[in-house]
Amino acid sequence: MSLSVRIRHRQGAFLLDAAFESSGRLTALFGPSGSGKTSLINMVGGLVRPENGRIEAGGRLLVDTDARIFVPKHRRRIGYVFQDARLFPHMTVAQNLGYGRFFTPAAERYADFSGVVDLLGIGHLLSRKPASLSGGEKQRVAIGRALIASPKLILMDEPLASLDDARKAEIMPYIERLRDETKIPIVYVSHSVGEVARLATDVVVLSAGKVVASGPAAGILARFDLLPEEQRAEAGAMVDLTVAGQEEEFGLTVLRSASGEWRLPRIDAPVGAKIRVRVRARDVMLSLERPAGISALNVLPGKIAAISADAGSEALVSLDCGGDRLAARVTRRSVETLGLAVGVQVFAVVKAVTFDRGTIGNLQHDLKG
Amino acid sequence: MEWLHLSPDEWNAVRLSIKVSTWATVVALPFGIAIAYALARREFWGKSLVNGIVHLPLILPPVVTGYLLLITFGRRGPVGSLLDQYFGIVFSFRWTGAALACGVMAFPLMVRAIRLSIEAVDKKLEAAAGTLGANPLWVFATITLPLIFPGIIAGMVLSFAKAMGEFGATITFVSNIPGETQTLPSAIYTFTQVPGGDLGALRLTLVSIVIAMVALIASEVLARRISRRLDIE
Repeated sequence: MSLSVRIRHRQGAFLLDAAFESSGRLTALFGPSGSGKTSLINMVGGLVRPENGRIEAGGRLLVDTDARIFVPKHRRRIGYVFQDARLFPHMTVAQNLGYGRFFTPAAERYADFSGVVDLLGIGHLLSRKPASLSGGEKQRVAIGRALIASPKLILMDEPLASLDDARKAEIMPYIERLRDETKIPIVYVSHSVGEVARLATDVVVLSAGKVVASGPAAGILARFDLLPEEQRAEAGAMVDLTVAGQEEEFGLTVLRSASGEWRLPRIDAPVGAKIRVRVRARDVMLSLERPAGISALNVLPGKIAAISADAGSEALVSLDCGGDRLAARVTRRSVETLGLAVGVQVFAVVKAVTFDRGTIGNLQHDLKG
Repeated sequence: MEWLHLSPDEWNAVRLSIKVSTWATVVALPFGIAIAYALARREFWGKSLVNGIVHLPLILPPVVTGYLLLITFGRRGPVGSLLDQYFGIVFSFRWTGAALACGVMAFPLMVRAIRLSIEAVDKKLEAAAGTLGANPLWVFATITLPLIFPGIIAGMVLSFAKAMGEFGATITFVSNIPGETQTLPSAIYTFTQVPGGDLGALRLTLVSIVIAMVALIASEVLARRISRRLDIE
């Protein structure tokens, strides 16, 4: 399924002038608040009528202002998970979940009620009322409600933004499962690099109502310049690893990739499982010789592919480690004293303890293509 | 306690008042919900005019409203003559006319109560129902309507109470005929106009108080039961 959006819409002084196409499994609309992300998916969902534009999803024309086409939201079959779950307060969880199914033509009901309930782990909540649920539970029910309506596309508008970190960590795996185990494409609005890095297959970066970049997640997230200043600390490269074994006595997992052997804090996954990790650029150290006698567990040989220095004290060094791309954030001073330049052989040093729940995700979606 | 016993005429006035108020409230309800919804949720040309007309009976002297009804819905009035000719419906000097007068007078109160409750319903819930495939009519029936139930009950009680007490417009439009258009307030008024009528007026006053209290308590109980069922907070 492909999504193609072209919008020109004025809202007071704000001009949204954006166009993108995506056929990813989970496309993230990424940008600071006020960049137009929510307006954009509201138009895809049919909640807002654009002044000018064209929206096509899965070969179906939803909006074409030139041809005066505007499919109303209840005929779009596009699920929407809102930031504030918006469960119906007068219905039980089960009634909320079944609401959309009632309006779906019988022939198009592919979602299986109990399958979705199991996927989201909400079986014990069915007879409860929304008022008695926690924030995380509400959001899971909201996701289930959208799913059970058998949508052709699911929109998620910062579904984790109103939750604390523990609740975010609770929901994240469910969204990963949704991405990997169902065939429904997802458009996910977020301003958090961590969420996007863990969940997205494709990223559309918005700024002040315009698309500044779009493409596969790995390429976008390694680009420093696209990230808001306060989140640059999160910038880094995505590396796809395969589980090779466990080191039970140390609580570590050994993984392999083109770049070499990695050791990360224990990951519960069988040998052969694909894991995507985000290696933050600030966590990568560079050495001209293979370091010996250091505590860091991951030492990976590579070649410098590019160096971009900013106006301040820092430089971003891109590495090619046997095909894997890594990025290291170092001072300009180090670049000069070590004589770093494109083509120079270096060793990237990454401490295993720098990985955490925010940077380790699973990667089944790449198995299926 | 002999003085508490109601005469047949007084019973008639009590029964008639309840009948008139019930009909006025029930018949006005669908119109009340529709207009409240339009005022709360829709933008249309002439919205403030509609709003003004609905609220007019609240501001006008009741006698003026009654007189307007008389010249419009009377046998020779433009609307009244048509209704009489084509549907056989007659309002003037009938209990139906009393119900019409009470309904019109109580309408703004009903619309206000329901409109406020519709405005309190989160539009985002209605939008969410739309994304799940419900067309606007279904959204109203399954989301808005259940959530405004307490407001509808409040509107009906207010309207019923107002109808029970309506006097000016009723007596102007359909006069004060015992057994046909003599409601409780008209009967009380009649008692106060004749020598020795004090006791009768007092009896009917007590009846009015009892009916008002019962209606109020019943609505409280109902509203509490509904909001427990809704279990919103």
